[in-house]
Amino acid sequence: MWRQQKFDIIVVGGGPAGSTAARYASMNGVKVLVLEKDRDIGMPVRCGEAVSEEGLKNFMDPDPRWIKSTISKIRLVSPSDYVVDFDMKARGFILDRRIFDYDLAQMAAMEGATIVTKAYVNGLLFDGDCVAGVKGKYLSEPFELRAKIVIGADGVESRVGRWAGLQTQVKMKDMLSCVQKTVTGIEVDERRFDFYLSKKWAPGGYIWVFPKGKNRANIGLGVSGKYCREKSAYRYLDEFLQHCYPNHSVLTTVAGGVPCDKTLKTIVTNGLILVGDSAHMVNPMTGGGIIPAMKAGLLAGETAAKAIKNKDYGEKYLSRYSREWHKIGGKNHERYYRLKNTITELSDEELDNIAKAVLKIPEDERTITKIFLKAVMKKPKLIYDVTKVFAGI
Amino acid sequence: MIKIIQYKCDFCGSCVAVCPEDCIEMEEATLTIDQELCIDCELCVFICPFEVLEYVETAEV
Repeated sequence: MWRQQKFDIIVVGGGPAGSTAARYASMNGVKVLVLEKDRDIGMPVRCGEAVSEEGLKNFMDPDPRWIKSTISKIRLVSPSDYVVDFDMKARGFILDRRIFDYDLAQMAAMEGATIVTKAYVNGLLFDGDCVAGVKGKYLSEPFELRAKIVIGADGVESRVGRWAGLQTQVKMKDMLSCVQKTVTGIEVDERRFDFYLSKKWAPGGYIWVFPKGKNRANIGLGVSGKYCREKSAYRYLDEFLQHCYPNHSVLTTVAGGVPCDKTLKTIVTNGLILVGDSAHMVNPMTGGGIIPAMKAGLLAGETAAKAIKNKDYGEKYLSRYSREWHKIGGKNHERYYRLKNTITELSDEELDNIAKAVLKIPEDERTITKIFLKAVMKKPKLIYDVTKVFAGI
Repeated sequence: MIKIIQYKCDFCGSCVAVCPEDCIEMEEATLTIDQELCIDCELCVFICPFEVLEYVETAEV
């Protein structure tokens, strides 16, 4: 029984960040326990489920069972319905996260990690100023469990960091209040991502239509916390669905929050590492968090395993992880953050004008870089950011 | 104070993420607010995608 065993690392949260951290730590020969508060790994799915093929291939060959649609085109729709279509250079997938998250957890288990569901963590144990384990409830029974390192992968609602004195609260302007419905009975192009950008539909965010096989799609939106005082996210989504898909039927509805922020300044402390949404590692412009969570999970797992072997769980040693993350993701996210701040403040008229300018470029010559260069024309400082983040996309 | 309409809640955790006082607790399917710590800032009310939380005068409860 896990409560009687000794673990080197406890991972709080069994999403992509937690499972990946557990997988790579276990691979490096340390004992890992994953505690998931819900009854199921990966459920409920709070996600648009889009990933890039390239991103996924860093970790494994994509399994056809995970993939509901393969995407090669993008459609951007402006406030007055100017439609900009273009081809993607790289492919994207819409996943079935129920299957995907199970498999990520299984990969961790096959490396030797132990995974438990319905295990709710509600506090940390300390040795002096060093995190030394967790306390919580399992099937309503309290437990305390010590470990050398705790990895907080507890999502946007993370409290693990706060308990250790880290500042993880999400600022309202950077928080996207999201609702998504998986709908059917509609016509969709199975190979295309659709995005609607408009203050009227989703101020401070956007609407996505991600096809999930034939006649089915994840349709959702995010509204910035800055703009949701007048109307809640689900009202915005219902208005859009009534307008664009009046005959839809709903298979599932989920709410969610996406921290569209730069990575937190401090993501490690003595005996603790934060990873994924809890460390604000979502790409702040797209809101995509699966691949960043997995990339950081890999680094966190490897760093934690090395720290255990070196018997050094202090902040100084663990900060290798922050530096590595900054190089492979954090730095780019700062650029995306600047772009997001500009794009989300454009008026509907400006968005229409950008769409009109882009439509003058022949369809086969349109690229994401060219589109964004038009969008930031009035902010020359951002041109370098655009060329950097979209290089190769 | 902030009132929770439990049956509307989807347990997405958005309210927990924006709470400046860390006074909201979310287990698998229960949401609770520590009224002692709550400062009635209403950030949770605004960010909630489903209008689960609402501000009420204490007398009404």
